[in-house]
This record gives sequence, structure tokens and C-alpha cells, in this order.
Amino acid sequence: MDAKDILGLPKISLPIPQEKKSRPQKDSQRKPDGISREVYALTGGVPPLMPSVDVNQLKKRHQPENEKITWEWLAFTNSARKDNLQLYHWVRVVNGTPPTGDYSFAKYNKSVDVVKYTDEEYEKHLTDPGQMVNALCFTVYCNPLSILVLLISYILAIWVRERAWTKEETDQLFDLCERFDLRFVVIADRFSSSRSVEELKNRFYSVSRAILIARAPSPADVSGHPLVKEPYNISQEIERKRALSMVLSQTKHQERKDAEAAQDAELPVTSSISPEGVEKTTAPVDTASPSNMQVSAGVAPLMSMADNAAAAAASLRMLRVYLRTYALDQMVQAASSSAGLRTIKRVEQFLQELKVNLKPKVPTKAVCAEHLELRKEILTLLNLQKLLQNKEEGSSYRESSYTETPDTPKRLQRGMDQDRTFIPDSVSFGAMSAERVGKRDQKRKGPGREAPSSPAQSKRPRKLKATDS
Amino acid sequence: MTRISLLSDQNDSHSHAGEESDSTPHQMIEIEEEDDKSPTQKIKDLEVCVPIVYGTMSFWLGRKATETQSHTWTVYVRGATNEDLGVVIKKVVFQLHPSFTNARRVVESPPFELTERGWGEFEIAISIFFHNDVCDKQLDLFHHLKLYSEVEHGPLSTKKPVIIESYDEIVFSDPSEEFLARVLNHPSVIVPQLPATLNLPPAPIEDVHEKKRGDTKDHPLGQWFIRFSEADELLKLAEARQQVQNYIVKLRRRLSMLEGSSPTLKTSVS
Repeated sequence: MDAKDILGLPKISLPIPQEKKSRPQKDSQRKPDGISREVYALTGGVPPLMPSVDVNQLKKRHQPENEKITWEWLAFTNSARKDNLQLYHWVRVVNGTPPTGDYSFAKYNKSVDVVKYTDEEYEKHLTDPGQMVNALCFTVYCNPLSILVLLISYILAIWVRERAWTKEETDQLFDLCERFDLRFVVIADRFSSSRSVEELKNRFYSVSRAILIARAPSPADVSGHPLVKEPYNISQEIERKRALSMVLSQTKHQERKDAEAAQDAELPVTSSISPEGVEKTTAPVDTASPSNMQVSAGVAPLMSMADNAAAAAASLRMLRVYLRTYALDQMVQAASSSAGLRTIKRVEQFLQELKVNLKPKVPTKAVCAEHLELRKEILTLLNLQKLLQNKEEGSSYRESSYTETPDTPKRLQRGMDQDRTFIPDSVSFGAMSAERVGKRDQKRKGPGREAPSSPAQSKRPRKLKATDS
Repeated sequence: MTRISLLSDQNDSHSHAGEESDSTPHQMIEIEEEDDKSPTQKIKDLEVCVPIVYGTMSFWLGRKATETQSHTWTVYVRGATNEDLGVVIKKVVFQLHPSFTNARRVVESPPFELTERGWGEFEIAISIFFHNDVCDKQLDLFHHLKLYSEVEHGPLSTKKPVIIESYDEIVFSDPSEEFLARVLNHPSVIVPQLPATLNLPPAPIEDVHEKKRGDTKDHPLGQWFIRFSEADELLKLAEARQQVQNYIVKLRRRLSMLEGSSPTLKTSVS
């Protein structure tokens, strides 16, 4: 639909004026006033976002010789209107004969077929409140597996509390349904008495369904009708929305807990953490299975930590020359090799929370030693935390994930008596891990093998800037 | 910002080592065990370290800037306290972006620095080669050249450079006696307390007068060099450790309150 349709002109496929367009643009490279040069440079050579009508093309359009075209101001009626209103518009008239047929936009006036019931029908089929309860029981019966006992009682409680529908209310509902084309959110907004969207939907669909069945000569005739085949399930709808809002309103903290719970279910892959492959074979690492992590979380990892550290130190010595930062990396890896990836991330979050650089800015021997000790202590702390949490909560992990309030990052300073967990909230997991992986990958590249062409490219606009004044 | 990497494979003709680095972890542990004490011929359990700062400093050329040369920049490896690194480092190779002519630049004498003009940022590979008695392996650093500050967003200034520096320490484990004797009192090298039993060969007499000065103390760019403070970092770490330790104590107390019956745990975690 565009201007041509409205004017009733035949469609002409627009020639993409690339050749023609780019030329004049290049010529008119003069920067217009008020636009910064950088912004203007960004548009260079790019085809326009909006297709523009080529004026020449419109003029050149060939015209049959025998056709005489005039535009006339003529009256028309719109079949979509019921009031027979006459309006006028300009019409393209070929050889004196105006176009016949319906107004071309009438077909877009779509409306929903809403069932209409008579007063007798209402009396006969729709007043019985027992019918509604039966319908509900039927739907519940249909999905015994998916609905918990708790939920059924919950829904029934709502149902009992719910007022019965009067004829006036039902009439209003059907009026609004027709008027707003079944946009139930709008209808609920306009509805005079307070009814939930689910209640409105339920009433509308159950009434429509009842009428449909009642009018059919035999139930088999309408069994294929969508309203009959798939009755509206109010309990499922309420539960669906509840679950959805629960997921959407989940805090980051709860999300993380869920992720942790899911990760706990998997076996920790400890040896795959060391990418350099130096300490891959230090055996005692792999003994940390989830079961003994639970029992002696504070003990087992720390024991193997010493072995790993010794092995790392020995392998460093073999190098004969190395950088202090590299040594620290190796020692950190050795110290945390018994911990899961998740724990390592939490240690780093903890460090950030303490405002300590993940990599020391002045990595002297003393600083690195302190840094390493700090990491080890945090690891101990996290293990203790886990131990304590397990002791306190037992196995009610999953349940608590919805009820617990998120931790505030300031807790450590504020006295930590009430805290079960200390998890700084400030960093997201995804970003963290991505950075780690990225850095490690790059680390293994040889010197100068990566031609840094992309950063050079991205600097082009800046280059222009530099020469600007 | 800056990536550092050690490569055990050798690309350069000057060094031929690297076989030992392939030893298995089993062997490593053996060495570790025998390493405990006994100062033999080789000076074991001793590490000599050289604090260095490497990085780049770039100035915008202002009115003189052209399309391809908008900045002048210097990449360097200097002593952390601007001492002469020439006692340890024989040469430094800067690998520039391939668009530069002679992208592999070798600086054979201190100060180890290189000044160039350009318009783009890229990663510079810095290979450090040591004197023969120091170490026959090279050390590779990587530094990303920065021309445009990410912190300041004001207009470009020709007066104020963009400086990115990294502090690091080159560590030599098990240094040779010869090397140790030579650098024992040199300000650019940190040598730990030597065992009393150690007898070092006499240090070679250097004719100081003939040597060119290689320190960077009066460097023209010296005013911009970053001073790295170990004390600040240590203080911050000490504070952080204190916090964590306090928290650990509290957790232990709660744990022992919860479970008075398991005193074994309390001792084992410490």
C-alpha cells in the first residue's frame, strides 16, 4: 500500500537507482552545515534506507494512445458502512467511463463473528450455574497430570468466591466483545464490574460453546468446531500467567541460584579448566566429586591445592625465565583447579566486590603472594558458606530460590551475622566467562601473527577527525 | 588491555633451548622434592627479578597531522625505576603492524624504545632477548598501542600524551653464578638474600667510561612515566584479606554453633 495504490495507479516496479544515485552523491560530497563530519562520513556510499520515487520514471511511463485519462470528483459509497454515507473523492477515469465495483478499501473492514443469543436461549442454556462448575470439573478431569492438587483447591476456592454471572453482565460482555473484537484486555478495562480477563474469557467462551452445542442438531455436527474441540481452560490460563509473571519478575540472584542448582546436577569438570595443559595430570584434583564436596567441602580441595601449587612452581622453574604475571596466573590456576568453574567465577566476583583488581596492577613478588593468599581465603570462605548453607537448609534448595530476597552487595561491610550467602550481585556471569575465554584464546597466539586489520579499519572516521582542523 | 604470554618455542636463531620444557609432570615433582635444600654448583631456590615497565605513549600531531600520520608514538621497555636494563637485556624486537616498512624493528642497546608515526592502533609484539649468561630463552610481551584515550573525551590535545603502561617483573629462576655476580649490586635487578655459603666468582671489571648510558632517568618523556606503587597495592590487599578473614571467623563460629559435635572440621579448614 503506497501512494500509487491510493491514487489508483498501476504498479511499476521501481528501478533501483544505484548507478544514478551514487554518482550525484559522490559529486555532492560537500558536507552540509550543521552535520558533524564524522556523522556525514558514515553515510557515504550507503544506499538510502527509504526507497525514493524516481521522478523521471513517473513521467516517462508509456501511455496507450487511445486512452484518455481524466480525474473526476465523484461520489462513492462504502459497503463497509451501514449508514450509506456518501462521500466524494477523485477518481481516475479512463475514456470517460468511471470505474465500477465496490470501494476498494471496503474489504479491509473485518469484524469478529460473535455468537448472539436470544433471551430464551439464555434462560434455557446459560443461567444454570451448575453447568459452569461441571465444565470446570471436566477440564480439570481432562488434565489430571498437569495440575497439582494444591492448584485445584486454589482454583476451586477462587471459583466459589466468584460471583455468578447475571444476564446484564453477560449482555455487556458480549456487547463489548463485538465492539472491541475480542480484545479482552480492553474489554476488562471497560467492564463495569470487576472481573479478571480470565473470568471474562471463560464466560464468553463457555457461553458461545453452550449456544453452539444447543443450536446444533446433534453434538457430532459441531464436534469439529474449535470452540467445542478445545474448551477454554481457566485454571490452566491462570496458572500459565502466574508462572510467566514469576519468571519475568525473577531477580538476578534467583536466576543465578537456579543456574547453580542446575550446574550442581552436572559433574564438575575440574581438569578441563587449566587451558595451558601444564597441570593437567596432577592427579588428586579429580577426586572432588559432588558427593564428597558436600560432605567435606572445606577439606578436600585445600589438600590438593598444595600439591597443585608445588607442581605449578616446579613447572615455572623449568621455564628459567618468566613474567611475574604469568607466574601468578599459573599459581591462581593451580590454587583453584580443585574448584568448579562456577566457584572460580564467584571468587572473582568476590574480588571485585572487595575492589581488588583481578590482576594486580603492580605485580611484585609480595603483591602476587598476597593476591594468591586472598584468593585462597575467599575459596575457603565460599566452601564454608556452602557447608553452612547445606547444614542449615538441608535439601530445601529449590524451594528457597523463590522466596529468598536477593543479597545486597554491601553486606560484607555491614556485619555478616545474618548472611547465609555472600554473592556480589554486580557482575553478570555471561560477560565474565566470555572475557575469560577470550583472553585465554588470545594468549596462545604467536607474536604478530594476528594482523590487526579490523582495529585499523575502525579507526577510519577518527583519522578524518584528526585531519579536520 | 595488555596481554602477556610466554612462548617456549623458539623462532629466533639466537636461542636454541627449549627441550627441557617438555618434561613430564612426574619429573617436575621429582625436582621439587630434591630441591628442598643443598646449594650445589647451581644456585637453586633463588630467583632474580627485574622489574620492568612496558607500554606506549602517543602524542597527537595537531596541525601537522596528515591522513596517514596523525600521531607520533613511542613504544618502550624501561626499568620500573628507570634504571639501565642493558645489564640483562641484550636486545628488544618490536614487531609492528605489517603496513609499516620493516615491521620487525630491532633495538640493540638501551634505552629500548622506538618512535614512529602513524594513524592506527594495533598490537605490538615485544620480544626481549637476554645476554648469553642470563638466559638463552626469549620473553614475549604484547602491548596494544593506544592513540586515543578511552578515559578522556575532550578535544585532542598535542600537549598531553595517551600513556598505557604495564608493570611486570622478569623472573629468572636458578640463575647462573656468572650472571648473579655481574648484577649483584645493579639497581635494576632485585637479588634476594644470598646464602652465606655461596662464593661467587669475582665480577668482571667494566670500563664504565666507555659505556653509553642506558637508563631512562632523564628521559625526555620521563615526566609522563607512571610511577607504580607496590605499597598501595599491598595495603588494599591487606584490607581485603582482613575483611575476608573476619567473615571466615564468623562463619566458623556459626558452623560450630550449628554443629558442636564436629571439631575436626574446624581445624582442618585452617
